[in-house]
Amino acid sequence: MAEYFPQPAQQQIYSLNLGPQHPSTHGVLRVLLTLDGEYVLEADPIIGYGHRGHEKMGENRTYLQFMPNASRMDYLSGLLYNHGFCLAVEKLAGIDPPERAKYIRVICAELNRISSHLLWFGTFLMDLGAFTPFLYCFDDRENILDILDRVSGSRLTYSYCRFGGVSRDVDEVFVEQTRAFIKRLRSRWPDYHNLVTKNVIFIHRVRDVGIIDKDLARRFGVTGPNLRAAGVAFDMRKVEPYEVYDRFDFEIPTGTKGDALDRYRVRLEEMEQSCRIIEQALDQMPAGPYRQERVRLKVKPPRGEVYFAFESARGQTAYYLVSDGSPYPYRVHVRVPSFGNLHCLTDVLKETLVADAIAILGSIDIVVPEIDR
Amino acid sequence: MMEAAATSGAYWLRLIIGLVIVLIFSQLNALFLVWLERKVAGHIQVRLGPMEVGPHGLLQTIVDGIKLVGKELITPARADRILFVIAPVLVFTPVLVAFLVLPFGPDLIIRDMNVGLLLIFAFSTFSVLAILVGGWASNNKYALLGAIRSVAQAVAYEIPLLLSVMSVVLMVNSFRFSELVMAQQRVWFVFLQPVAALIYFICATAETNRAPFDIPEAESELVAGFHTEYSGMRFGLFFLAEYTNMFIVCAVATSLFFGGWHGPFGFSFKIPGVVWFLAKTYVLLYVLMWFRWTFPRVRFDQLMNFSWKVLIPLSMLNLVITALVLKLI
Amino acid sequence: MGYWKDIVVGGWSLIEGMKVTGRALFKPVVTVQYPRKHLEMSPAYRGHIELKIFPETGTHGCIACGTCQRVCPSGVIKVQGVKSHARSGKVATHYVIDYTRCSLCGLCVESCPTQTLKFSTEYELAGDSRWDGVVDLVARMEDSRS
Repeated sequence: MAEYFPQPAQQQIYSLNLGPQHPSTHGVLRVLLTLDGEYVLEADPIIGYGHRGHEKMGENRTYLQFMPNASRMDYLSGLLYNHGFCLAVEKLAGIDPPERAKYIRVICAELNRISSHLLWFGTFLMDLGAFTPFLYCFDDRENILDILDRVSGSRLTYSYCRFGGVSRDVDEVFVEQTRAFIKRLRSRWPDYHNLVTKNVIFIHRVRDVGIIDKDLARRFGVTGPNLRAAGVAFDMRKVEPYEVYDRFDFEIPTGTKGDALDRYRVRLEEMEQSCRIIEQALDQMPAGPYRQERVRLKVKPPRGEVYFAFESARGQTAYYLVSDGSPYPYRVHVRVPSFGNLHCLTDVLKETLVADAIAILGSIDIVVPEIDR
Repeated sequence: MMEAAATSGAYWLRLIIGLVIVLIFSQLNALFLVWLERKVAGHIQVRLGPMEVGPHGLLQTIVDGIKLVGKELITPARADRILFVIAPVLVFTPVLVAFLVLPFGPDLIIRDMNVGLLLIFAFSTFSVLAILVGGWASNNKYALLGAIRSVAQAVAYEIPLLLSVMSVVLMVNSFRFSELVMAQQRVWFVFLQPVAALIYFICATAETNRAPFDIPEAESELVAGFHTEYSGMRFGLFFLAEYTNMFIVCAVATSLFFGGWHGPFGFSFKIPGVVWFLAKTYVLLYVLMWFRWTFPRVRFDQLMNFSWKVLIPLSMLNLVITALVLKLI
Repeated sequence: MGYWKDIVVGGWSLIEGMKVTGRALFKPVVTVQYPRKHLEMSPAYRGHIELKIFPETGTHGCIACGTCQRVCPSGVIKVQGVKSHARSGKVATHYVIDYTRCSLCGLCVESCPTQTLKFSTEYELAGDSRWDGVVDLVARMEDSRS
């Protein structure tokens, strides 16, 4: 008879599929949770629902034709991905864009970074159950989208950068709008802090929750704000300055513990630093051509390979391109930050509550299509 | 004989009319509250909310209700069919009972029972049972988690809720709503019992599963909590019951702490009592909505901690002090 | 004393938060009632492509060279042309684009040697079938002219 009555301890354990259709898995992520009541015993993130074969697509397209794909991997920071891809190809083909183009790219990339962080801020709070900050963030983010829409022609998948420049020049209105936006964003910080940062419920929900320490981050390749929250000042913009980032004075905000509250603070501070970069870039932006005259739409890099790492909104992102001398890349590989960031959850989610699991999932800021790509 | 029949007839007529009025009022009120919630949410989030159906979208919720009635009632496979069907009824019926004793005005109490206050709290516990039954019968893990959370939350919150109410009852020496309200003709109890009023209001938020204590239906965690599997009007009943429950706890708060049908400090400004009562109730309802659209959700264990470590000791202390002061005076 | 301080500080932080949302309640709304009011798209907006009409010739300038066809990442453009007697070289008779698969990257517009392509700022696009997305831009241009 004994086999009909399993051990009580065994009986309590059950598994729960969090996703792929769930309000707070940010896309199509499935986390297989093994639960004891509300306690998470094991968590296993399962990816691949959004696989579109971007890397393979890259092999069948010319370098320029891959540009729209680049912004569709991480749709929240599409311009950063365009930018990185552009820089990788330029490094491979030995193209040097004019100064003005570099500044335009940096300004737009940082604007995109702010918009990505703002969206993260909103969705993170939504995961914690507060709906209103989400709408406030969208209000602010809408301004960035309008600004970028005016210069690039698109609101989400920008495809703005070109090899040797950008697709369209910016004008005085853009500069004014950007300055106005930064002023507006800074005037909004007190509201955000009063509404969220100081809120006692929020602090209790995120403090000491989901600690990703240095060691864990190193093991899983966690980068970006998640790593900086653990106290490692690692930012590709500082470590290997690309474009014109070495000309700006900005800081790398770091946390101490690596809990969700630190990640929140780091991202908020990063938005402020991005504002600083944009302001300096606007001041320093020279006049001149916005793209090289001679760069044609079809680039033919020499044989060789390039690995180019840059800082996207979620961490260290890198393109590995192999060229066989034809207009088509031989191999396109993308190192996406969310992959490492997500998979450290197998360790982090252990022995937390379901509510915490959602908060942690929100706090690491994953974009699932970027992982699946 | 004839007379007795007449009284009995009048009695039944009165009861039926009362029932019909309660039914219509509670439904319309709930629909109005849903609209109000969406409007408040909209404007807090710097948008407009419903605008299309009727003036400022006033008829939107009625249209939504009609849509819900027309929807298919899906019973999930391997659900406990009987309990699954009973749960929405179970959640809505006790809500109606509370209307029998609410003191809308000096002459507007359907049954002024001597245990009116107890009746409301006794029946409000039914909603927890309904949530448990619904969550259990759904054969869904999210629903079950929501049901478990709801029960644990109710256990933690009923105690400070009743303790805070007791301190008012001690002052009036009655559970009868009319006497509780009459005692506040000059000074509202919120000025004499601010701690009790605050604790009552916090517990009422938890009691009605409203944010920041909406953990049984925590949308971002449990999809929709206990009513994940409900569709059509069965879901609609849960939804309406939530809003009617909100109205009831706010109405009780009005009559216990905010003077019921009385104006402030005995001035009624020639406004009928029922208007005062409803106005105060709606202000409290608005505060509940304000809470919801401002705060993040608390975590399950934090809620328990808050209840057992802060609310229960404080309400106990408040009760003891009230008793002492009453004894000494 | 930490116990009482936590309660007071925590409670005050909640009131601060309510102040923010309370103020927002009376702020003007930022949304637009969409079907009743329309927003103008920015001139740079990349909608679907259209053939430009040049005033000097009164028609489009497409020479059916096929550059856009080759540069398109999704391969959604098909151009057909005939030898023109009026102009030296070819002239497009059909310019078919499957808009349902277009990713709006704008490479065709950039690559066009005669600059006869432009973006429309139209953003309300809907159809009954997926064939509604397949349009012949030459025919469309003729329609819009008449």
